[in-house]
Amino acid sequence: MFDLVAFIPRAVMQGMPLLFGCTGETISEKAGSLNLGIPGVMYVGGICGVIGSFLYEQACEGPLNPFLAIFIPMASCLMGSLLMGLLFSVLTVTLRANQNVVGLAMTTFGVGFGNFFGGSLIKLTGGAVPSIALSETSRFFSKHLAIADSLGWFGKIFLSYGFLTYLAIAIAIITAYVLKKTRTGLQLRAVGENPATADAAGINVNKYKYCAICIGCMIAGLGGLFYVMDYASGVWSNDAFGDRGWLAIALVIFTLWKPNFAIFGAIIFGGLYILHLFLPSGNMAVKELYKMLPYIVTIIVLIFTSVRKRREDQPPESLGLPYFREDR
Amino acid sequence: MSKVNKEPLLHITKRKELPMKQTWMIRIGAIIAALIVCAIVTMLLTGLDPFSVFGTMIYGALGTERKAIILFKELAMLLSVALALTPAFKMKFWNLGGEGQILMGAWATALCMIYMGDKIPGFLLIIICLVAAIICGAIWAMIPAFFKAKWNTNETLFTLMMNYVAIQLVAYFIILWEVPKGSGKVGIINQTTQAGWLPYIGTNSYILVIIFVAIITAGMYIYLKYSKHGYEISVVGESQRTASYVGIKVDKVIIRTLLLSGAICGFTGWMMVSGVDHTITTTLAGGRGFLGIMVSWLAQFNVIAMVFASLLIVFLGQGAGEISTNFGLNESFADIITGIILFFIIGCEFFINYKVHVRKKSGKEEA
Repeated sequence: MFDLVAFIPRAVMQGMPLLFGCTGETISEKAGSLNLGIPGVMYVGGICGVIGSFLYEQACEGPLNPFLAIFIPMASCLMGSLLMGLLFSVLTVTLRANQNVVGLAMTTFGVGFGNFFGGSLIKLTGGAVPSIALSETSRFFSKHLAIADSLGWFGKIFLSYGFLTYLAIAIAIITAYVLKKTRTGLQLRAVGENPATADAAGINVNKYKYCAICIGCMIAGLGGLFYVMDYASGVWSNDAFGDRGWLAIALVIFTLWKPNFAIFGAIIFGGLYILHLFLPSGNMAVKELYKMLPYIVTIIVLIFTSVRKRREDQPPESLGLPYFREDR
Repeated sequence: MSKVNKEPLLHITKRKELPMKQTWMIRIGAIIAALIVCAIVTMLLTGLDPFSVFGTMIYGALGTERKAIILFKELAMLLSVALALTPAFKMKFWNLGGEGQILMGAWATALCMIYMGDKIPGFLLIIICLVAAIICGAIWAMIPAFFKAKWNTNETLFTLMMNYVAIQLVAYFIILWEVPKGSGKVGIINQTTQAGWLPYIGTNSYILVIIFVAIITAGMYIYLKYSKHGYEISVVGESQRTASYVGIKVDKVIIRTLLLSGAICGFTGWMMVSGVDHTITTTLAGGRGFLGIMVSWLAQFNVIAMVFASLLIVFLGQGAGEISTNFGLNESFADIITGIILFFIIGCEFFINYKVHVRKKSGKEEA
């Protein structure tokens, strides 16, 4: 029988990095910036968290202080992804460079940055450990409520996660609310739909773009941190994060730029990623085909929305285009 | 409102076209600045002095005959991908699917080599592989192009997703073909018979590959500059409306150009399997599909400039590789160096296209 109680928590764990990435990307896309650097940003976020907590664990003698063990990786992760966000916004908003080119360069750089420090951190700091295994720190990240274990299947499905999972869901819900119901969200969407009109209405286009890109990157960076600290139990291995960054971008399309849908979308994508473990099949190779499903589904959604042309399902109108006031 | 509008300190206007000499001065300036930053980063990480940083890099790229030929092989590979993507870009079609198209070409080649390796004479097999690779690459590019032409489906995202469909498809076949079973690797295909391998000149077929790419380079230069197709591509790129007013069938141009783009990507995949690696992995394309985009864009779609842009990137990659091996650092060091160079060159385009005026204190309009 299909073991749903075992399946759902694993799907959620797979889905959460995607949810962070997707929420971040949605915010920046809503402001008209197609940030293809998100996979790189997630790597940078992950490795910055690792560097922070590695240095802390090395420096700390005796047991770790729970607050610092969480605060240091979080802060360094946010810092690293913020810097990546600033890089993207300086190049695309202020210097008006092409977003796709900058994004791809950032992905090259970010993935390289992650793998480089992941592979060389120990050598560079002269540490005496064979590999980066931050299980101490990871324990704080993946700690769940004690009550979850006594609640049977309910606890397992809803309460068995570390705090970052709930943070991801909270961020997604707040983002959806802000985008849809508040004035800031309305103005942000106006910038993404038609910056010239927004500018004429007195909205500071560049300020909105900068904020959206930077906040988006910081949220996406947390996805990398979640992956290392919670999902991978603090073990960094190069390229293990894989193509999840691109999957997050796919998820943005799949959920039609709606972060509240993304919560379920992320779990569905996460489920598709591990579905092969739960289906009886003698053939190892088939699992690779299952992993193709999220992308195929995304392509179908992409085609379907473009054929149907429903206004509310379309990408932001000026997605990917630079804005220059004097350029009419 | 009581708010007084402050005049901004900096004022930006679009430039008229700069003379060729000046634009290149700006670009070279940016490259030098980037190299200085790279040298500083390397110094901080390895403790080398700047001269030996560049010394090591030059040695890593060109130090021995073997290193030099590898450099040119890598150059050929990257250039080939960049050339493949250029016609699409010139038409403002963002083909981010180079990675997938290369992989499909490679897949088709490997498929033919494995299943027909011992049945068909060598030369014919190479031709069959080539045709299959070109067809597969072209189909992979044509699918997004068709939807773009018909329903204006967003091609950036579509081509991007196609990469991963291709990667998973190849991953599936790798497990089917793996030798020995359970290793997750295909290994060298037809190692004993060498069926389907490009003939060796010297100890490998790199020179042949380099010659192929040189031919494509010349062909693409002529195609874009002197053919009717090339002209149509640039008109569609400037404005789709203008194109349809003058009677160019935009859908047809889009699909035709992408067929060409995908075909050359497939051809590159064929060269990788048949001429260089003799095996297939999911990382065969190695990010060249994305790097090629940047090469093409940095060169502003100019075929000659593309040769130099790929040379720069490949040179830095090989050089940084040497540094990382010497110091026991991770080989991804090369990606960091490439990233830094790219950011600088991308950023400097601003100063070519725009002019910054600093406003005088009096607030009067200046310049």
